[in-house]
Amino acid sequence: MSVLQELFDNRQKKALLMPYITGGYPSLHGCGHVLDAFIEGGADMIELGVPFSDPLADGPVVQASAQQALDEGVTPDDVLELASRYSSRLPVVLLVYYNCIFAYGQDRFAAAAAGAGVNGLIVPDLPVDEASEFIEACRACGVDAILLVAPTSTGERIEMIAAQASGFIYCVSVAGVTGARTSLSDRLPEFLERVRAGTDVPLAVGFGVSTPEQAAAVARYADGVIIGSKLISIVRDAGEIDIAARAVKTFLSQVNEVLIK
Amino acid sequence: MSIPARFGPYGGRYVPETVIPALDELTAAYESLRDDSAFRSRLDDLLKNFVGRPTPLYFTERLSASLGGPRIYLKREDLCHTGAHKINNTIGQLLLAKQMGKTRVIAETGAGQHGVATAAAAALFGIPCAIYMGEKDIGRQELNVVRMKLLGAEVIPVSSGSRTLKDAMNDAIRDWVTNVENTYYVIGSVAGPAPYPAIVRELQSVIGREAHAQIQEAEGRLPTELIACVGGGSNAMGLFAPFLDNEDIRLTGVEAGGEGLDTGKHGASIERGQRGVLHGSLSYVLQDAYGQILEAHSISAGLDYPGVGPEHSFLHDQGRVRYDSVTDAEALSAFTMLSETEGIIPALESAHAIAYLVKHIDRFTGEDLIIVNLSGRGDKDVYQAARALELL
Repeated sequence: MSVLQELFDNRQKKALLMPYITGGYPSLHGCGHVLDAFIEGGADMIELGVPFSDPLADGPVVQASAQQALDEGVTPDDVLELASRYSSRLPVVLLVYYNCIFAYGQDRFAAAAAGAGVNGLIVPDLPVDEASEFIEACRACGVDAILLVAPTSTGERIEMIAAQASGFIYCVSVAGVTGARTSLSDRLPEFLERVRAGTDVPLAVGFGVSTPEQAAAVARYADGVIIGSKLISIVRDAGEIDIAARAVKTFLSQVNEVLIK
Repeated sequence: MSIPARFGPYGGRYVPETVIPALDELTAAYESLRDDSAFRSRLDDLLKNFVGRPTPLYFTERLSASLGGPRIYLKREDLCHTGAHKINNTIGQLLLAKQMGKTRVIAETGAGQHGVATAAAAALFGIPCAIYMGEKDIGRQELNVVRMKLLGAEVIPVSSGSRTLKDAMNDAIRDWVTNVENTYYVIGSVAGPAPYPAIVRELQSVIGREAHAQIQEAEGRLPTELIACVGGGSNAMGLFAPFLDNEDIRLTGVEAGGEGLDTGKHGASIERGQRGVLHGSLSYVLQDAYGQILEAHSISAGLDYPGVGPEHSFLHDQGRVRYDSVTDAEALSAFTMLSETEGIIPALESAHAIAYLVKHIDRFTGEDLIIVNLSGRGDKDVYQAARALELL
């Protein structure tokens, strides 16, 4: 069984805490401090983004972080190296746009990810219909291809996704791009029930979760809570990396508290 | 009848799951409406009476004489309502949006021609419209920004990335992902995720169908070569489509050579790009070794794009269409030449196709019969040209 699925199945919390940071943001060195703060703040899994020039699933906050990382010269190899330094401490999944994988070579990228100890790959612009070769490449290396479902996904599509899913399913909380939102969609519970009915694979919810209250609400229906834009804006607003890391740890500790049974 | 999602290996739907159901819905709606007689007759009526079709196929007596070789015809898409071929597509897509019950439309635009054409069609159908446009393009295509606003559209400036067409398309896709339930996304080229490349190709192929009939009426024979500029590639695809099966006819697509292919400042995705995924489809893309998309460069905002429609990539690999490029300077010189010899100010985009012909005139003989797609008029470009030519 997948390491990730086992992590979900054996959890002692209502839901796993899954923080996201763009790899190499605010710098390669600074990103390491943020990842340390993730671990100190109670993270159960690390989600690391590979910066891409045209991240069309991302809102302005994540976009700007990717651009800053690219301006710093951060490459996919740098992010893989960063992942390899943390994968012995916590499970790591990468969020990477398809063109970065395509340019690297699907087999080669999956192998490099496995070599870095990465447990799963999330590709936000690769729907299940286009993913068969990618899923093959991941399976061959023992890495989970994490598929996404959206509130707009039909029953038929949820079935297609569930049939191919491993590790966990990334449930996009609302139709939209990444970014903190003041409230969660009223339709989230119904959406998650619809997905749950079709699969035994754990469900993690992302896009828009930015407060402990929202995390608690999500944890009532989901197995994992993904927080990204909120953490990036904490780092951005803190300025200095030491202050940023402390603020990230404090925030995650607050979220973690509501996720512990 | 079903429409293709791929052209050889190219095309596909590399977009977030959120919009996949909407692409399925669009495919189903288009496949049922394209053969629907009421839809067809409404579209034909609008193309005739609103757009002003058929557009003339015009013989350039002075240009042909001055170049001294082939007989050169211009397909006068510049005479379409709003000034470019773009409206052939937007009228069709707005009709589709209306039939699908969508209450808002969005579009991306580079030179502003697609934005203006979308805004005009949206006004015609009474549907609210938002146009994404890069800040750099807003600066160099001010006239079209004003036209869009006069037509009732909201123009949303895009400040990310290279602040041009590529980034406008990113933001349009982000808007669509967010508002997909009520919003129709009017893509302006034969690019984007399936089914857009196939839909836009079909809606634009009216250009080639007319030209096919008109040239035979004028000359009693088919042309020997067709030439069109290629950014995303919709005017080229529209002209070429009805001629693809006739291998005797040479087809030439002209990309933006910018400041020269070796300077790195150009928009020649086919000549200098690699296979990759941009804006939802697999095609040739200007990118670095890690798959980061590079900035394109062209004097013409409409060709300033690091990707190209997937069918063009396929036709390139097949060798069916030959792709070449001309530089900013060559395009500018053709812009002036056509203005002075024929009294027609072409769009800087279309001037690339003329420039190719001028540059390679030695390849042609008196037996050659050429159609150049004059995809748009140059009013939008006069200030930029004036600055470049130091006329002001």
